[in-house]
Amino acid sequence: MGCIMYGLADCNNFFVSCERVFRPDLNGRPVIILSNNDGCVISRSNEAKRIGIKMGQPFYQLKQMIQRYDVTVFSSNYVLYGDMSKRVQMTLQSLVPATEVYSIDESFLDLRGIEDVKLDDFGHHISYVVQRNTGIPISVGIAPTKTLAKIASKLCKQYPKLRGSCFMHRPEDIEKVLKKFPIEDVWGIGRRFSAMLKSRSINTAYDFTQMPMNLVQSLMHVGGVKTWRELRGEPCVEFEEQSKDKQQITVSRSFSKELADADDVRQQVALFTSMAAEKLRKQGSVCHEVMVFLLTNRHREDKPQQFANRLIRLPVATDSTLELVNVASNTAAELVQEPYEYKKAGVILSDITPKSAMQTVLFDEVDHEKQDRLMSALDAINKKQGARSVVVASAGFEGVRMNREHLSPNYTTEWGEILEVKG
Amino acid sequence: MDIYSPKTHKDKVPLVEGIRAGFPSPAEDFADPTLDLNRYVIKNPASTFYARITGDSMEGAGISDGDIVVIDKSLEPKDGSIAVCFIDGEFTLKRIKLEKGKLLLMPANPKFHPIEITEENHFVVWGIVTYIIKELKGS
Repeated sequence: MGCIMYGLADCNNFFVSCERVFRPDLNGRPVIILSNNDGCVISRSNEAKRIGIKMGQPFYQLKQMIQRYDVTVFSSNYVLYGDMSKRVQMTLQSLVPATEVYSIDESFLDLRGIEDVKLDDFGHHISYVVQRNTGIPISVGIAPTKTLAKIASKLCKQYPKLRGSCFMHRPEDIEKVLKKFPIEDVWGIGRRFSAMLKSRSINTAYDFTQMPMNLVQSLMHVGGVKTWRELRGEPCVEFEEQSKDKQQITVSRSFSKELADADDVRQQVALFTSMAAEKLRKQGSVCHEVMVFLLTNRHREDKPQQFANRLIRLPVATDSTLELVNVASNTAAELVQEPYEYKKAGVILSDITPKSAMQTVLFDEVDHEKQDRLMSALDAINKKQGARSVVVASAGFEGVRMNREHLSPNYTTEWGEILEVKG
Repeated sequence: MDIYSPKTHKDKVPLVEGIRAGFPSPAEDFADPTLDLNRYVIKNPASTFYARITGDSMEGAGISDGDIVVIDKSLEPKDGSIAVCFIDGEFTLKRIKLEKGKLLLMPANPKFHPIEITEENHFVVWGIVTYIIKELKGS
């Protein structure tokens, strides 16, 4: 028999694993990675999990623990993680007919055409080759649906005995696993629905599959029914081979210190916007909407808190840094209010369409052709001279000053920072 | 989250374009990309890494202080491979020797001694060296 099987390859504690490739001395030791600006924990080694460090925990709360357990701390090095992610994806692509990159550390695998009897060995082979070629340990889950494949890969992490791959296909095995699998960990359930389900005594994935379909439909609509079906072994989430253009581009960062002045905020938002606009042009798209948001520091309970945001609809879709920066930075300056001090800001470009399909308005006042030439020149210079050599004046010249006190070398992207080996 | 990694050899523009004003260049249709060292030296981009060598224990194998080695992690270590090894907390470059069930790390310099790997060592072969990049001083 040959029903279609879905695979999920998920890198274990990915950011920590990336650092460990170049620091094998850290294997078996507690390691954590901090978010942008060294704010909070975003990746933990198993040893760090074991001593009780929580995901999202603010760094300042951990100082004692770090000393006591000799925890190694890294600032996030997205250049390194991005490069390692690409290597994992390339390796996966060389092993299976097609992959769908789901996130920086997860890819779905198309396993059509591979006989069921071989899938168990094949999963282990994938896991072995990725670890050998890139140094990154992964967990491969193989099952009749994507949702079940995700659960299978989580099992590998819980049970080292599975040696990095779990092929879960017999209905009786699936049932056994689902009976122990917490509902809140099921892909697509989310925090809100899991709270609602728990209040109805639906605690495991299995409990959920036993609900009547029309009840799921009325409580959770189409999305819930999809998950319900997938858990019952009926594939509903298709395999998406083509990486679609992003429907939304977000650039957001924390500032190194709280900002209260409208001009300071304007400058930062201008910089984020120019980064977002560059991404937009890179994928050959234009956007119709710009959203700007500002956030105060929620860990400062002694200070007034605010989340301010505004969505602006542009008369004509654009990919121009000048137009977007202008709109976004003015909006940001207007959003700034006393007495708030802002810790984070972001820009979201949305309603994105391909540039080729762009419709123009008869009375558009912007000379788009001229702007296009300017933008290509700007991208070309930034590419050649290093990112952000040329910026729109309001973006300022210092860039985002980020706190990254524990940054590792860019082992794979900077000649000056490659590994040193004693000969 | 969006992740970028630096461009290597993609998006290269052939240089013949600027001549358009006069006669079309007869070479234009034949503009192949320039020879690319990456394509020569890197067989498996996903598993290729670089390291800078400090020290002279592998001098006899042509690898000197300051050289850069190209490492392929996808290759299995064999007797005679030059490997980047991680032993007891340190990266080291040595030639692997398998002899009567023993694993030895061999230097290529009489000033250094072979290291025998035992169960007590924390040891992994990190990757196999495939090329050496050596700048000729005084050239």
